Amino acid sequence: MDISTFEQLKNECITKNKKIYEIAQENMASEGDISIDEVRAFANRSLFAMKEAIQSGLNCKELSLSGMCGQDCYRVQQKFKNEPAIFGKTFEKIMIYALATSEENIRMGKIVACPTAGSCGILPSALVAVSQEYNYSEREQINALITAGEIGRIISNKVSLAGAVAGCQAECGVASAMSAAAVCQLRGGTVSQILNASALALKNLLGLTCDPVAGLVEVPCVKRNPFLAIHSVTAVEMALAGVESKIPIDEVVDAMEQTGALMSPTLKESSQAGLAVTKTALEIQKQVFG
Amino acid sequence: MKKSTLFDIISPIMIGPSSSHTAGAVRLGLLAKNIYKLQPNKVVFTLYNSYAHTGKGHGTEKGLLAGVLGLSVDDRRIKDIFNSELAKQIEYEFEYADNFKRHPNAVDIEFSGDINMTVSGDSVGAGEIAIRKINDFNVKLTGKYNTILIVYKDMPGMISQVTSLLQYHNINIASLNCDRNAKGQQASMIISIDGNIDSDIIDTIEEIPEVYFVSYIEKLDN
Repeated sequence: MDISTFEQLKNECITKNKKIYEIAQENMASEGDISIDEVRAFANRSLFAMKEAIQSGLNCKELSLSGMCGQDCYRVQQKFKNEPAIFGKTFEKIMIYALATSEENIRMGKIVACPTAGSCGILPSALVAVSQEYNYSEREQINALITAGEIGRIISNKVSLAGAVAGCQAECGVASAMSAAAVCQLRGGTVSQILNASALALKNLLGLTCDPVAGLVEVPCVKRNPFLAIHSVTAVEMALAGVESKIPIDEVVDAMEQTGALMSPTLKESSQAGLAVTKTALEIQKQVFG
Repeated sequence: MKKSTLFDIISPIMIGPSSSHTAGAVRLGLLAKNIYKLQPNKVVFTLYNSYAHTGKGHGTEKGLLAGVLGLSVDDRRIKDIFNSELAKQIEYEFEYADNFKRHPNAVDIEFSGDINMTVSGDSVGAGEIAIRKINDFNVKLTGKYNTILIVYKDMPGMISQVTSLLQYHNINIASLNCDRNAKGQQASMIISIDGNIDSDIIDTIEEIPEVYFVSYIEKLDN
């Protein structure tokens, strides 16, 4: 059946006694006229590409085309070698994997837009780091990725996942909600807990603007990725503890849509306000484009 | 609006940094190449508005050229395409313009060679594209469907001749768009279909006397 709300998804899961990824892969198979194995193989190719992007990013110090970014992953790795993070090993990995992926993106490396290129470091970093640290199998990782994809799919059919339409809340915000769903699935969360995790992550990013310096996917985008990957894990821990989002996820998405519509176009990927027009940003823009 | 699928959300695997300014540029180049089909002697790309202003920082020029040379959005050669052997096969140039009537991410791709052709398109977001014009004809091609482009003499019965032929071969039409420059003059028909079409059906369309030109434009892989 055609599922267009989280309420429907939840009911379908309860009625059929299935997990979100099971419903999602069945529906994708029927819609694309392919087998469930083929759906999972597609997800696995994306997962593999995510891991490749992390690996390349970890070992590279090359700057972006503009020269603004490209070495923060290296800096943070050095820091953790000398002095471990307060929050421990998983936190370290999420941070450096998110930076590695985002920096790969801005130096024209190969990434997975999940859901968008600017937010490409959020879900992979949390999914891969948590899977490594807690030994989740490839099968479980694919389950998690498909769960996250289903969250993104339902949101995107209500609100366009483009910074130009709804701001960064629709790009990095949705990526963080997807990441929360993936990690919650890995950790054995119930359907309700997964939807709560996504709702909590997204709810706390409403209103996030898209005001990139010089119009490039670099500042603040690259560093925003590790922040929002960690943010997604906060949502997961709360959801697994039984904390509920008072506002159900369908309504959070409605609020996001309304917020996006009310947001000034100057703050939606047009670089006409916010960080993009600060004194320093304008100086950088002059240096990059002359 | 076509609804997103699970696959749309967890892909594409692409060369960064931007789905609209990099992957979209590659796909515009690829679809333009599928439309032109021949080996061009020279290609001139005119980038408009945001493409013109921020293209350099997004690798937009590299993406456009890589697409015209047949590379897909996840090909690592895109990054150094200007120094590649592939790029030495053709002559190319980039021009830049502001035009408020055009989409923020618009490009004209002008091929010259045995046939001259200008293909204009927009990168409309999330890597999605639309070819809006081929020479003087308004079109809308997104690269999602295999498409038949027919240029013919504007007269009664042409559309039914072509669609009957497709019906006879059990081909389902996903969308059909027509345009003409003036009554009784040249007209264009753009038919997006589900699945594939045999080349002899295209040949049969070409044999219709009032048909000047037929091109079968293959959809993009990703």
